[in-house]
Amino acid sequence: MSIDVTESEQLSQGSNDDAVLEVRDVKKYFPLTQGIVFKRTIGHVKAVDGVSFELKKGETLGVVGESGCGKSTLGRLLMGLERPTDGSIKLLGEEMAGLSPRAMRRMRRNIQIVLQDPYSSLDPRMTVGDIVGEPFEIHTEVLGRKDRREAVQDLLDVVGLNPDHINRYPHQFSGGQRQRIGIARALALRPKILVCDEPVSALDVSVQAQVVNLFERLQDEFGLSYVFIAHDLSVVRHISDRVMVMYLGKAVEVGNESEIYDHPTHPYTQALLSAVPVPDPRLRGNRDQIVLEGDVPSPADPPSGCRFRTRCWKAQDVCATDLPLLVTRDGSAHPSACHFAEERDVVHAVENPVEIHGVGGPSTNGSHPSTNGSHPS
Amino acid sequence: MSNTLTDTTKSNEAAPRTKKSPLSGLSFDSSAPLLEVENLQVEFHTRDGVAHAVNDVSFALGEGETLGILGESGCGKSVTAQAIMGILDTPPAKVTGGQVRYRGVDLLQLDEKTRRHIRANKIAMIFQDALSSLNPVFTVGWQLGELYRKHTGASRKEARAKAVELLEMVGIPAAKARVNDYPHQFSGGMRQRVMIAMALALQPDVIIADEPTTALDVTVQAQVMTLLSDLQREMQLGLILITHDMGVVADVADKICVMYAGHAVEQADVYEIYEQPAHPYTKALLESIPRIDQKGQELTVIKGLPPALVDPPPGCAFHPRCAFAQDRCKTDEPPLYKLPGNRRSACHYWEEVVKS
Repeated sequence: MSIDVTESEQLSQGSNDDAVLEVRDVKKYFPLTQGIVFKRTIGHVKAVDGVSFELKKGETLGVVGESGCGKSTLGRLLMGLERPTDGSIKLLGEEMAGLSPRAMRRMRRNIQIVLQDPYSSLDPRMTVGDIVGEPFEIHTEVLGRKDRREAVQDLLDVVGLNPDHINRYPHQFSGGQRQRIGIARALALRPKILVCDEPVSALDVSVQAQVVNLFERLQDEFGLSYVFIAHDLSVVRHISDRVMVMYLGKAVEVGNESEIYDHPTHPYTQALLSAVPVPDPRLRGNRDQIVLEGDVPSPADPPSGCRFRTRCWKAQDVCATDLPLLVTRDGSAHPSACHFAEERDVVHAVENPVEIHGVGGPSTNGSHPSTNGSHPS
Repeated sequence: MSNTLTDTTKSNEAAPRTKKSPLSGLSFDSSAPLLEVENLQVEFHTRDGVAHAVNDVSFALGEGETLGILGESGCGKSVTAQAIMGILDTPPAKVTGGQVRYRGVDLLQLDEKTRRHIRANKIAMIFQDALSSLNPVFTVGWQLGELYRKHTGASRKEARAKAVELLEMVGIPAAKARVNDYPHQFSGGMRQRVMIAMALALQPDVIIADEPTTALDVTVQAQVMTLLSDLQREMQLGLILITHDMGVVADVADKICVMYAGHAVEQADVYEIYEQPAHPYTKALLESIPRIDQKGQELTVIKGLPPALVDPPPGCAFHPRCAFAQDRCKTDEPPLYKLPGNRRSACHYWEEVVKS
């Protein structure tokens, strides 16, 4: 297998003018310090370590991965809430790093975020009108003071809430309705891009469908582009045009929805998909089963070479020395960061299902905070 | 919420261990079904009125059988589990009717001391949040051992050996060393394994798992579910799996009981219920979830919200959200109709639902 093109070269081939967001090799390292008065940096948590992608107008990019894989940090980087350690983020063709605070604020109108928890992301002492209208207070040049109330009522109507409820408080709404308030707030400045960080995870199943459909309707109505970050692979398949799978700060596989779900080539994607239970008992025992052992290694001290090699059943010596690039390989149409990328259907019933056990990771001691099953915020 | 840990600490006040077990006075009938719940009713007295959290819920569980209780938050599935375990906070909760029979003995009639021995010895529970169910200031080995010592009168040394054995059984690597670790030193999946070990410590016949994998990542969820169903098969346990995830129950359950607003609205074999639901709520749920193996069209939405349990709608509680609802549903509360093939559905128009 020969790979002539480099990762960013290959990705830039597809770049064209309708990309609203271009991310190149972006990195975010959080320093680990020791000492109280004289803080010494003793290492870095490599939360996001070289991720590249681009987002076109009207497109939805799903970002999936387990807790601690860096997907939420990526969302914060896109929002400009964290400064990248390295790399470039271009929003509507303009480089975000190095913008003055004032220019940054203006840029941010184009990208807004919907957060996971509709209970903690809304101030309980503000009315719905104040919450949804707050973006206009910050970006005063967008809309005159007189027109704001009407604009807020329009927004409530757009997300399916009663505009007459403008003076109510968040506790008077259910979880699904609160998430709609969060969406209305994100839409206030008519952004081009919405970063959705686990927007339906906290909702009940019967309400989840309502919000997912709302996202789809809004996309058609406003021509929005979404970066949809979630751990629920079924929801991501439903809503996404393209999907990026992340593991320990790196993108391991990128492809359109069918390439990732029906023809995954990276072992981690395959393991992740095979672990998702399908609501159909007839598939019981008829799907390939990949059971990963151990836990995700600490992002402060990731394995050399391929980061998944410590849990991978295909790992060879080369995986410890050579970092596999995210490039298109022989026998597959989409990029995969594995030296031994090979297609395997793990989602549908197959004739002779096999059971694969990943090797035990070295880090079964999960004392690292990012591996204890909680979501980093 | 109480848990196995507080149960064991409570038993400090119990009679000296040399006395005969409080369970010896009970006549368990080994030919009777393992666990039967009949017409269980639980109410909560709140400031806003009486919330009927569980209404006339009945089901049975046999050895080696897995019953999935499926429902959204607030449907009464966890309250049902807590009523079976006898760990409801009373007040505000009150069991107002029904029976919970373990091997023919009605647990609701027993005194607290006897119930404490039933818990852990006969029926044990696994909770969703393992971190808050374990005591952060004691080692995992100590907590496992304490349970064992209090209930069997074993020595500290024996209890420690048992703790190591249990940790090995649930697949914790280097159990001998990890027995001295504190809960925060374990990852989420490992902690849930410790909870499983604790539930199995006294070899109960029934395990109630309340959302055991909801807080876990999907690959870890698969590990824990595999472990749980392996152990269940090995030990022929009766398992009640409470969850909102239609995928998880499809993978492991034999029978399913769907709950809505405190009612068991449909009960059936797992294959039947996914193939051909007989209640509009089950049907709507199945249509509203995106599936990983299909690229879906627009999701079918269940309009509206689940009702408040303090003030449920008259008639069928689901009728304001139901696509099959007719005038009769607004006034007549549907009984749990018996369907062919040992199925049950609480819908006046189940025949139409099945046909559609």
